[in-house]
Amino acid sequence: MTQTWNPIHQHLPGGTTYDEDRASFTWERARAELAGLPGGRGLNIAHEAVDRHVDEGRGDVTAIRCIAVDGSVTDISYAQLGDLSGRFAQVLTDLGVQRGERVASLLGRQPEQYVAALGTLKRGAVFCPLFSSFGPEPVRERLRLGSVKVLVTTADLYRKRVAHLRDELPDLRHVLVTGGVEDDRTLDLHELMASAAPGYTIPDTEPEDPALLHFTSGTTGKPKGAVHVHGAVVAHHATAAYALDLRRGDVFWCTADPGWVTGTSYGIIAPLTFGATLISYAGEFDAKDWYRTLAEQRVQVWYTAPTALRMLMRYGADLAHDYDLSALRHVASVGEALNPEVVVWGVEALGLPVHDNWWQTETGAIMVSNHRGMEIRPGSMGRPVPGVDAAVLVQGADGRAEVADGAVRFAEPGETGELALRPGWPSMFRGYLDDPERTAKCFGGGWYLSGDLARQDADGYFWFVGRADDVIKSAGHLIGPFEVETAFMEHPAVVEAGVIGKPDPVAGEVVKAFVTLRAGFEPTEELRRDLIAFGRRRLGGLAPKEITFDQHLPHTTSGKVMRRLLKARELGLPEGDVSTLEQAR
Amino acid sequence: MTNSTLTDAEARTLVAEAIQRIVPDADLDAVGDDVPLRAEFELDSLDFLSFVETLSQRSGVGITENDYEHLVTMRTCVGFLTGG
Repeated sequence: MTQTWNPIHQHLPGGTTYDEDRASFTWERARAELAGLPGGRGLNIAHEAVDRHVDEGRGDVTAIRCIAVDGSVTDISYAQLGDLSGRFAQVLTDLGVQRGERVASLLGRQPEQYVAALGTLKRGAVFCPLFSSFGPEPVRERLRLGSVKVLVTTADLYRKRVAHLRDELPDLRHVLVTGGVEDDRTLDLHELMASAAPGYTIPDTEPEDPALLHFTSGTTGKPKGAVHVHGAVVAHHATAAYALDLRRGDVFWCTADPGWVTGTSYGIIAPLTFGATLISYAGEFDAKDWYRTLAEQRVQVWYTAPTALRMLMRYGADLAHDYDLSALRHVASVGEALNPEVVVWGVEALGLPVHDNWWQTETGAIMVSNHRGMEIRPGSMGRPVPGVDAAVLVQGADGRAEVADGAVRFAEPGETGELALRPGWPSMFRGYLDDPERTAKCFGGGWYLSGDLARQDADGYFWFVGRADDVIKSAGHLIGPFEVETAFMEHPAVVEAGVIGKPDPVAGEVVKAFVTLRAGFEPTEELRRDLIAFGRRRLGGLAPKEITFDQHLPHTTSGKVMRRLLKARELGLPEGDVSTLEQAR
Repeated sequence: MTNSTLTDAEARTLVAEAIQRIVPDADLDAVGDDVPLRAEFELDSLDFLSFVETLSQRSGVGITENDYEHLVTMRTCVGFLTGG
């Protein structure tokens, strides 16, 4: 393929090369870096993340530095985090929460988020983080699908998103709130924590015990809950060393919200397993505040997203030069493909190239990365992390990898195909909750099939091409069009909706809905505004930014809206083979 | 930075309209002048960019990234737009 961007050579003083790391790596050796529960009682993420450091004399180190929206700072040491998470585990025990039961959080980036996550893991229950910008509809759906027993949230979010849903959620036994109880169906988290017995002991935990439930979206159907196990921590730890160059005692900032998988795997777990100090910044994106945070906190390793980097680029490199970013040692990005301009801009603005990497909710950890010290080819997601085998597979007629007689074929260098991984890494999801059918569809010919299209160059670097399906990637968040369409069908004026990702220079894609109106409704500006508002109320951060009326949505012969055709129309592209289409009903 | 001839009332209407373009049912009257608008109306980064774009287009006031820190509450927005 044509290279229009020069490779960026890197030198990692005293470091090993990608090939050396790959050759010497085994998952057994990676497991040996972790402590395990004392007395050989198994492997628990929270022990590796917190108690281990206290046991080994690092209890005084700051584990989390929480920077609130008003700029105030709360430091939590490893010893304090050990105590708080233990108390939370005790609270769950006292409430009768059983191992394997789901505990969800609907919180901002605040101390309770981390305490709830780690306390749930200590209990052996399953932690299910929900993005605090979700509207009531996505929240209800995920709590229901996850049969969540306990929700931890703020008084404010409870009032806005949850209170009116309680009767529809019979499994939800307890809601623990920060900031004072809201009604007699909520419990005061801090009161419970204060009265809980200290000194909680983590029960024996098998590496295959479920630990995390992350909801993700497919093209069709409801959100899918990907289940991860405690053994995943081996991959969180190992990949953070290679792809993020994370080291013991680093100051580390992951800008992803813990409501998404990146914010849990690398915003909570991985840095804590290194005994790092993680920066938790509660505010939204703001260029100056972000640079100030990087400078004042002396951040050494920064893990962020293409959308944020593209927004920073708008300010120019000069703004970055106003801040002392000399502590930065490694910058990485994930969420969607990182354009080469941004990689190169990193050198100019931050003094470091941005290391793109690739992974998914299902993979649980980084799978393909621009390895520490490896030559960067701007625009490439890099090469498979040690311990992971990746390949590009030849596509069949439906765009997905072709599996014939149980076998797949490898694409030639430069040829686009489906990005696939050989199962066996510890953080691979163990299945979608209660959905073996959709789980099975992710595998074929002995490979995990990612649904992403990529190509590989002759030197083994992977290049992202696009999605093989209709899932939308907006600002690094995966959004299922079906979930958005379903919400709109509940509006009295809407008979049908088709939802696509419309390309956007900053966010990658933004959600756009095409809406067919029921007879008797006029496509007025007022109705369009009403629908926009309806979407935001129901869906929060998943809501479409744009709505267009369309009384002639294209359908397949089986009656499904052809999102691909809608997208082609939106982009002014040829509509391709429309032989499977039936014109508007 | 600004050189506008907007009155306070005009600026206020403009801010309200720019928010309502994104959040059509936003009730600006119910929100105090010192309430941060992004948090109150749950504007994400993209929403905020389109808010700024609308403000700039309709007011004729050039708004650069460096001005964003003035666009926080109704009071600071009006102050910025009227050059106050």
